[in-house]
Amino acid sequence: MTNFAWLPAFKAHLEREHLLIRGESGTCLAPARCLEIDPEDWAKGGAEAARFGLRWAGLWADRDALGERCTCVLENAGDYLILSTRPDGEALASHSPWYPAAGRLERHARDLFGLRFEGLDERRWTRHQAWPEDRHPLVDALPAPGETPPDGDYPFAHIPGEGVYEIPVGPVHAGIIEPGHFRFNAVGETILGLEERLGYVHKGIEHLARGRDPAGLARLAGRVSGDSTVAHAWAACQAMERAAGLTPPARAVWLRALFAERERVANHLGDIGAICNDVGFAFAQYQFQRLREVWTRRNADLCGHRLLMDQIVPGGVACEPEALAALEYDHRHLRKALAGLFDILEDHPSLRDRLQGTGRLSPLTAAELGVTGYVGKASDQAFDLRRDDPYPPYDRYPPDVPRYQAGDVAARMRVRMDEIGISLDLMDRLLGDLPKGDLAVPFTTPEEGEGLGCIEGWRGEILSHVRFAHGRVARFFPRDPSWFTWPALEHIVQDNIVPDFPVCNKSVNASYSGVDL
Amino acid sequence: MLRILARVARTGNLAEPLEADLEALGAQMKTLAERRFAGSLALRAVDAGSCNGCELEIHALNNPYHDIERFGVHFVASPRHADALLVTGPVSRHMEAALKRTWAATPAPRLVIAAGDCACTGGEFGVSYASCGPVAGVIPVDARIPGCPPTPKALLAGILAAARGRRD
Ligand code: SF4
Repeated sequence: MTNFAWLPAFKAHLEREHLLIRGESGTCLAPARCLEIDPEDWAKGGAEAARFGLRWAGLWADRDALGERCTCVLENAGDYLILSTRPDGEALASHSPWYPAAGRLERHARDLFGLRFEGLDERRWTRHQAWPEDRHPLVDALPAPGETPPDGDYPFAHIPGEGVYEIPVGPVHAGIIEPGHFRFNAVGETILGLEERLGYVHKGIEHLARGRDPAGLARLAGRVSGDSTVAHAWAACQAMERAAGLTPPARAVWLRALFAERERVANHLGDIGAICNDVGFAFAQYQFQRLREVWTRRNADLCGHRLLMDQIVPGGVACEPEALAALEYDHRHLRKALAGLFDILEDHPSLRDRLQGTGRLSPLTAAELGVTGYVGKASDQAFDLRRDDPYPPYDRYPPDVPRYQAGDVAARMRVRMDEIGISLDLMDRLLGDLPKGDLAVPFTTPEEGEGLGCIEGWRGEILSHVRFAHGRVARFFPRDPSWFTWPALEHIVQDNIVPDFPVCNKSVNASYSGVDL
Repeated sequence: MLRILARVARTGNLAEPLEADLEALGAQMKTLAERRFAGSLALRAVDAGSCNGCELEIHALNNPYHDIERFGVHFVASPRHADALLVTGPVSRHMEAALKRTWAATPAPRLVIAAGDCACTGGEFGVSYASCGPVAGVIPVDARIPGCPPTPKALLAGILAAARGRRD
């Protein structure tokens, strides 16, 4: 729970390292606490946070009335600590030496905002060829775009050695999935290294958010990653509500949680089937697809949308769900169906043989990268916002958090299996105590102000930063958990065989759209 | 394994009544696929910038409830095997070249179906420094399926309409 018992010790630690805290505030992005430091102390901030064992959870750039600002989020024991600085044109030290997953978020901030970092991978990340190299879409005016050439000469790392060959894959993949490029270095069948090149579905979401009203931002947030539409919309609405100092009515909060758990179950069902399918166990694929479809149809009965898009709005929820009474039956029915299916999955030697030991992510690497969600939980990182920094209504219903050490595909599937059961129990309790009352309160847009939303989506922790200026959205940055699970995938596939890449990838199921923005 | 077989024997056939509207669409699709596409219409799905919501519903076309392969429509892994491209998303500028190449690799006469509001109009993302907007701005489009995302049934109806519209 948010108590920051560790913060005095951390501050003392910083002081010993002669890091000057310029300002401290518990209100700027409450319930997070903020420390303002000098740009030249940025490196120390990262190094000492790592030494103290804080998890690095994200970074974004912004420009307000006082100028450029860089903000980094750290987490410990469920408390969020914000480090921020005003670089004022100075280059900041990259945090990637201490936090390897930080690099991509820093490269993103550099490409879109022009923030400069020292010690950071020089290669572009989000920018391919759509705008001039020396311009930055979130600060500069851009010339009218012409035809965009392909991004042909990205300098991938080559692994020298006899018999090493490269396999380029994508951006257009063979299946029905999102685009991205994967470069494998392989010897025989074994993967020596995988390098990801993303950014293909960059649609300028942060740019589009500017000037929107709260309802428009919620709609956009619901399209950051379609499979997480509930979680992202909730995170953005939570950020806006925190900025406005507004509490949505209890019924809305309970329904939001119900929708978020429904989204979790739907995606886990789909993924379990797809993981099995990738090792040739089509039976499970059909069974789980069937269950997912039944579940999705119920969403349509409830709110008229199969994915529950646009159901979370600033101040509450958009509709009074119909057919709520049917859910209890659904839950019972699904539990029964899953008991039979899980039995089969657990008792299938050839499935076990293919999933166990495949695609291992060691607990150490998982911790270093700061992964959350099922990828983290399968590798001993048991963080879950719903339990560790619970927002209503989860403060009343802290869920169990599965935790495994094996870190392989089997463990990631196991976490999903556990989480479905936990979500079903949770939803029964939510429905049992569903408060009566309004669905939403009118949202009064603050003239100025900012907020940070923190929601446990089905993939893991989502952070969403929203700042208002002149009564409009001035800055929106949604940080999907995939920023950390994508780098994890590069570790996961190492020393696996190329044909196992699909199942490894599916077991992680990171979002392309969620990070390309 | 024995337990599974025993369960199969015990459970028997639990098939639910078919959905009349889906089956009607499917029957038309099947006839058309037979008449015009030598029995099977091969689709290549291309995500040109979607939020991935559309992909979830395209996936659902293959689940046992819809199973559109039984209507003669199937998804192929290469554009070279495709009769039609099913394109989702606003076309991000970073996917512009890849989409054009995919289209060029698809043998003529090829159909292009824009699936979802984004593909039809640019949707929530419109045209910007990062987005070319609707698919029709980048490659010629034969049919449009609105919806955010379109339901599997709407997708099937749209694919059928596109196949119908094709002039041999
Ligand atoms: S139409 Fe809707 S679901 Fe499809 S890509 Fe666009 S925003 Fe996503």
